[in-house]
Order: sequence, then structure tokens, then C-alpha cells
Amino acid sequence: MTSARFYRQRAGLLAAMVLTGIATAVAGEIAPADRKSGYDFMSAQARAMQDDDTANPGMLSVLDGEASWNKKAGAAQKSCADCHGDATTSMQGVAARYPAYDAAHGRPITLPQRINLCRSENQKATPFPAENAEWLALSAFVGQQSRGMPITPPDDSRLAATLEKGRALYFLRQGQLNLSCAQCHDDNWQQKLSGNPIQQGQATGYPVYRLEWQGMGSLERRLRNCMFGVRAEPFAYGSEQHLALALYLRARAAGLKIETPAVRP
Amino acid sequence: MMSRALVHVPKTATQGGVIAIKTLISHPMETGYRHGDTGARIPRNIINRFTCTYNGEEVFRADLHPAVAANPYITFHTVATETGVLAFTWVADDGETHTELANITVD
Repeated sequence: MTSARFYRQRAGLLAAMVLTGIATAVAGEIAPADRKSGYDFMSAQARAMQDDDTANPGMLSVLDGEASWNKKAGAAQKSCADCHGDATTSMQGVAARYPAYDAAHGRPITLPQRINLCRSENQKATPFPAENAEWLALSAFVGQQSRGMPITPPDDSRLAATLEKGRALYFLRQGQLNLSCAQCHDDNWQQKLSGNPIQQGQATGYPVYRLEWQGMGSLERRLRNCMFGVRAEPFAYGSEQHLALALYLRARAAGLKIETPAVRP
Repeated sequence: MMSRALVHVPKTATQGGVIAIKTLISHPMETGYRHGDTGARIPRNIINRFTCTYNGEEVFRADLHPAVAANPYITFHTVATETGVLAFTWVADDGETHTELANITVD
């Protein structure tokens, strides 16, 4: 990040702190009727880019993911398709209900984690490292099978403890700027930060193609970006904090449509 | 690095009609101005030329420069003259070339 951009961002965040101080809105969660995807905050050009599969660069990753889906891997020499068959039917709706509780491991897991567990346990292959292009591609391909479907968090009591932890993290003030996620994304989403709209932070299209990254990235990468922005120490890739936040964000986005692979500025 | 390209050409067109063509290719478009984790400069590797031929005749060409973002999206129009093949070629600094073909029926 260039220093000019860093200072601009810092100035913006300080402005946000001032805004927070004078905001009269009652702090709290966004009502289902007011929920908006990041798509609704984008420019017409960026929306057109996401809507057109020939222009959406995330589709390049989806195509890579489709190739990986059919490719044999690991000591077991099995492909995803060998067990799961045609992804357009078997993976339909899966992204809309993850993160879900995994009984075999006794903990909730995200969809990318599910893919990596399948890879290490069933394909007997080396698990993908964080932000690996093939992992993002497989996640994008599986996610795309649920595009347009509403997010429906499973009604599972075994998720409750982690969900509560995620909610607590979301409302926890962090970093040198001492800001919580909620202070921007719940209380001030109609405002602007450095001239850009503050979005609601609805995780509807991950993995996303972010123009700033000029590539695909996971929800974890995006969360780490925000943590850096408030000058907090980012949570580690694969950490339970990220899992808890992902679970809470999914509950918070219930009813919004899956957009994978989304384009974001 | 150029592994994947998406090309959209109408399957059919009327003679003399203007058709829109859309192309997207995966490429990092490394500018040559960045430095890696060790401080060493990352050598420039961009797609520097894109051409489209229609039954062998060049109808569109573009020179690309380091300011173009990764995964360049190029869209343009041409006149549908005859049934045939549109060939799209991307050439990168490292000498790699990627070609995609698309058929069009003109009546």
C-alpha cells in the first residue's frame, strides 16, 4: 500500500470515528428488510462486470475450478467428480447453507475448509495452503452452483456457541482505532468513507474477484484487510475467530442471494 | 500463465450487421515495477499485443501497456461480412501466445 493511500485510509477511518460519535442511530443489527448486498453499493460499471459471465474475471477462476473438480488428485487418485458426480446437481445449494456443523470432526466448518478436508482425507492429497489459487477456484466453482439462491443458515443448536462467539467478535472494539465491525457496517452503512460507500459487509459472493487485488480472494483475506484498516492484529488464516465470524456473517446475511463469483471494488 | 480465455461472439449474424465481440483472458499483467518479498524486482510480463482476424484478415489490433490491469477484458465491434472463423491471439512478453477460435454463421 502506498503511503498516500495509507494516510487517506487513516483519515477516512478517523472521520468514521467522529461520525460514530455523533451518530444518533441506535447500535444494533440490520433488520432483514434493510439488508443489502455489496452489489447494491457498487457502480453501474462494476455491477455490469459481475452480471456478464464473459466480463466477470471470477469466471476464469470458476473454469479453473471446474477443471480441478474433474482432475484426479492425491494418493487415492480420485477426483471430486468420482464421488460427487455432476457438480451442477450435487453441489447446488451447498454454499447457501455453509458454514455447517461437521459431526465427524465435532466442530463447525466453512465450505472452503470442507473442500480441503475432503482433499486431505478422501483424496489423500496435501491440503491447500491459505489463498491457494486452486483452492479458491474450487471454492468458486462449488459456490457458483448456488448462485441466485438465498442464504439459509442451518437451524442447528450445535452451531450456537460458535455463532455467539462470532457475534461477540463482530461487536468487539479492536485495534489502535478501537473500532468494531458493527460501528461501520451496522451503524454507518449509509455513510461514506474516503468517498466510498460503507457497505454492510454482507458476505454473499465469496470467493470474490476484488479489483483492488486484481485477483480472487477468500472471506478470510477480506477480514484481514479490515483488521489491518483498524490497525488491529489480523486473525490467522484458518483461525477459530475467522470461523466464528464467518458463521455470524452468514446468519447476518440470511435471505440475501449467493453471488459467487462476485466482483467487488 | 495464459491458461484461460473467454470469448463471446454471436453464433449467427446478418450480412453487414455490426456485431459485438467480448474477450477476457487470465494473465497477471506483471508491470515490472513491483518488487518481491526478497526485494528483487519482478520482471515485466504483460500481454503486449492482441489481434483478431476474420477469415485471415485482421479486423482489430491493440497494443497493451503496463497500466492495464490483470486479466484484460477487451471488447470491440466489427461488421459481419461472411460465414467463417474469428481468431483471437494474445502475445505476452515472455513469448507465450494464446489463440482462441470462434465460428460465426452469416446469412
